[in-house]
Amino acid sequence: MILAKFKSWEGMLLVILILTVLANTVIAPQFLTLQNQINLFQLSIEKIIVVLAMTLIIINSEIDLSVASIMGLSACTFGVLVENGTPAGLAIILCLMLGILAGAFNAFWIAYVQIPSLVVTLAMLIMYRGIARVLLEDRGINGFPQWFGDLGQKAFLGPFPLGLFIFLVLLIVLGLVLHRTGFGREVYVIGTNAEVARFAGVRVARVKTILFILSGVVSALAGLLYAGRLASVRGDAAAGFELDIITMVLLGGVSIFGGRGSIIGVLFSILIVLNLRNGMALMNITGHIQTAVIGVLLIMSVLGPNLAERTKSPDKAKATA
Amino acid sequence: MIKIFRRLHPQTLRILALAIVLILTILFFASQIDGYLSPRMINRIATSVAVILPIAIGQAMVVMTRNIDLSVGSVVGIAAYLIGDYLGTHPDIHPVMVVSMALGLGAFCGAINGALVAYGRVPSIIVTLATLALFRTYLVEYSGASSITTSELPQWLVDLPQITIFSIGSFDMRLTVAMSLVAAIVFWVALSRLRVARKLYAVGSNPDAAVVAGINSSLVVFTSFVLSGMLAGLAGFIFLAKFGNITVVAGLGFELKSVAAVVVGGVNIFGGSGSILGVVLGTVLVDTIDNSLTRWAIVSEFWRDALLGMLIMIAVATDTFMTRSFGRMKGKSE
Repeated sequence: MILAKFKSWEGMLLVILILTVLANTVIAPQFLTLQNQINLFQLSIEKIIVVLAMTLIIINSEIDLSVASIMGLSACTFGVLVENGTPAGLAIILCLMLGILAGAFNAFWIAYVQIPSLVVTLAMLIMYRGIARVLLEDRGINGFPQWFGDLGQKAFLGPFPLGLFIFLVLLIVLGLVLHRTGFGREVYVIGTNAEVARFAGVRVARVKTILFILSGVVSALAGLLYAGRLASVRGDAAAGFELDIITMVLLGGVSIFGGRGSIIGVLFSILIVLNLRNGMALMNITGHIQTAVIGVLLIMSVLGPNLAERTKSPDKAKATA
Repeated sequence: MIKIFRRLHPQTLRILALAIVLILTILFFASQIDGYLSPRMINRIATSVAVILPIAIGQAMVVMTRNIDLSVGSVVGIAAYLIGDYLGTHPDIHPVMVVSMALGLGAFCGAINGALVAYGRVPSIIVTLATLALFRTYLVEYSGASSITTSELPQWLVDLPQITIFSIGSFDMRLTVAMSLVAAIVFWVALSRLRVARKLYAVGSNPDAAVVAGINSSLVVFTSFVLSGMLAGLAGFIFLAKFGNITVVAGLGFELKSVAAVVVGGVNIFGGSGSILGVVLGTVLVDTIDNSLTRWAIVSEFWRDALLGMLIMIAVATDTFMTRSFGRMKGKSE
């Protein structure tokens, strides 16, 4: 029963995806070239890398609103370190460690003090961003080493830039972890019912800690890629990205209440959002309207199945409400 | 001493703690900033609180029902801009009518949220995340990138922020502050005294039990969103009066500030508890820190957000520890 629902959700996403791609191809014949598809990914590469970590967090029935602030903090820290003469290689390692630290700090409050993640990460969204602002005040930093900028901008392996390569590796690794390992099952079980999971012997706090540290380090990495791609950082780097990131996860069929969703669904949702935005850009539709269309799509993606379920079985819909 | 604590309701204890933190904060800044406790500074903070307070009250009611309204900032922007725009072409309409229009506009936006959450069964975080973007997009498209300026507004609205109802010493009670305070008092009395308002708490603390008890929980949730939108509309009007110049980014980020004020004010993010008095204190505390840091010479104003985030965390952690140790104390005494 649950499996059938999964299949139909992903089936629906696949249909939307095919329609979007077809429409785009009709509008612009050069759309389906490999280079255009790579560019498409490259424009949002930092967001979609974080989407993968966020998928695990939301399936675990938590949320991490602080990701974009960690991205900004990591990028700004890198800028300040390099400006003060730290070798870029060492600065990268330090920034990744900062990401781990930020994630661990979130995890401490969420997993051990047991304060809702919505509240903790909202406070940290403000605080981490605040620290980034303290570091850079209102100036920008550029003048990174050539190789660092190249990693963010140029092809790394064949035609693929480093960011896309990282995305693919993370996609496969996290997909396998989530769907093929015991740890992955624990993520689902906690998301479905943390209390039951605890009684069944799952180390709930440990799983949550691992996930938030993962989210922190992945966000820090994405922040570095962002700094490399733009070849400059400012205090407001990546501000507001959390909304786009969460939208992509939820559109992928991951339940905000936890316990349901798959990496494949999220991959489809990423492809839909990227292609839709690209298609709208081809039609000269501005960024604001693009965001609005994706917002409508997000509401419809939850509202549609809800209404369908209620007309099918009114009693059941009432019981779960 | 412990006996007294035991007799107090945890909510009362929470508000007392908040009041003490607020006083300590004010004393701290008074020792750091010259002329801090002047009527001018108090006026400055009061007029700033006047904009945020209605939003925080609306947010509190939504949070009490286990939901969240992230679209309030965009609603403030829409109300401020559209009313300003309308006044540009219809300068003669009555001020009361103008305020009602702002409230109606906000309520309409809130009704869209409420219908989707309460009747469409879409989680509020998803709905309001989307309407946050949708309302703002509408505003950007509607405005065509032009701003409202003070010169387009009728004279009474430009003068409104300077109107003083009464003065205590050289502290002036401004009309905008009074409007905000009246809204706070109305909702404080309603939520603590009216039977119908208890439904808000009932739905928040246990939705299933509320339904079994015969409460129309969908209607309660819908109403809380409409009220939240309406109060955001009021804030939009006060915003328009206070600043006069309105761009399409008006109210940006107010959603986080209001959630911060509500959480610091002791409203349980899991619903079912919280008081308007706490929300008022939370709003004043958050805004006092915000306004004072810009005047504090030792620390650059860029520390504002970092400290605000830390403050929210401390408030929530204190709240959690206090509630738990209170529960333990109570358990021992029984």
